[in-house]
Amino acid sequence: MNLIRDLVNGIWKENPIFRIVLGMCSTLAITTQAQNAIGMGAAVTFVLICSNVLISSMRKLIPSKVRLAAFIVIVATFVTIVDLVMAAFFFKLHRALGIFIPLIVVNCIILGRAEAFASKNPVLNSLMDGIGMGVGYTLALLIVGSIRELLGSGSLFGLSVFGPGYIPFLVAILPPGAFIALGLLLGLMNKINQRLAL
Amino acid sequence: MTKILLILVSTILVNNFVLAKFLGICPFLGVSRKTETAVGMGLAVTFVVTLSTALTWLMQMLILKPFHIEYMQTIVFILVIAGLVQFVEMVLQKTSPALYQALGIYLPLITTNCIVLGVAVLAVQLEYSFIESLIYSFGASVGFALALVLFAGIRERLSLADVPEALQGTAIALVTTGLLALAFMGFNGLVK
Repeated sequence: MNLIRDLVNGIWKENPIFRIVLGMCSTLAITTQAQNAIGMGAAVTFVLICSNVLISSMRKLIPSKVRLAAFIVIVATFVTIVDLVMAAFFFKLHRALGIFIPLIVVNCIILGRAEAFASKNPVLNSLMDGIGMGVGYTLALLIVGSIRELLGSGSLFGLSVFGPGYIPFLVAILPPGAFIALGLLLGLMNKINQRLAL
Repeated sequence: MTKILLILVSTILVNNFVLAKFLGICPFLGVSRKTETAVGMGLAVTFVVTLSTALTWLMQMLILKPFHIEYMQTIVFILVIAGLVQFVEMVLQKTSPALYQALGIYLPLITTNCIVLGVAVLAVQLEYSFIESLIYSFGASVGFALALVLFAGIRERLSLADVPEALQGTAIALVTTGLLALAFMGFNGLVK
């Protein structure tokens, strides 16, 4: 029962992007296309699951004084693995995500979950937390990415939706569009939550 | 000389790291409630980013490249940055208590500021020389400080405004940042 709760937690109640607003940089930067959103989401989910499991299984071995340094090294190791695998098998995606792959190391979501959850909970719960948070993150990216791609290029996953006559709302895929789209989405999520709470 | 000037203008205004490259959003949203704290954070970031880029550049050229272990870049850089931040904190505490008082609380936050790692990695990727990397990192962090202080000014006004309930907090901050980013896009023609 607890396992399911830990899994679902990250998807809505503590959604890393919409609810606790962590890891904004990559969210804003790579959501110009729905496809990039999936790629980034997969990369972060992989790192999140691996680091959560490893940190949780070593939680009694790591002295609390050096725990942050230890967490960072563990996370950086998995990020390097993702970086190399992506460069080898998904070169186009690797180019599109660019600097934001190495920057997964300093993504607050991962260190945040390591510190707040994995360092205090058993392995299985941490695994579930990692999956839930990763899925929640990916879903949020996908929503932002789809909206921006639809408005900014009139397509979804690279396939034209509105036909060739559509005049793209270019600002949506430029940097200001990222901030405004995410801001309005956060507002919408707040509204939905208020309704649910009533 | 022209190249240095170009790098400066491009990093501070045209390709502002916060508003056009999305690096350092967390502290940008986190410590922009008051202008004084924004100035403090801006100074601390400028100091650490410039110093850490110099150090990571040397690491890359003197250790990682000669031994062909470039794949260790992420791990080495983040350790260098974390170590440097800790070191700067200790030195400041001993030598300049006044400065430590002013910057102290921001220093630990900087390790996880993606602008530090981002600039270090980008400077190596762009194959800048040592001096160019220094200028690049300095410009990047001044751009960060500029955006942060400007935004803090706006946010102080914003706290008096009547914002719809659902949009309060981060939501309206993001929309405002979007408008600021739009304004900064006006600099686009300055540098190609």
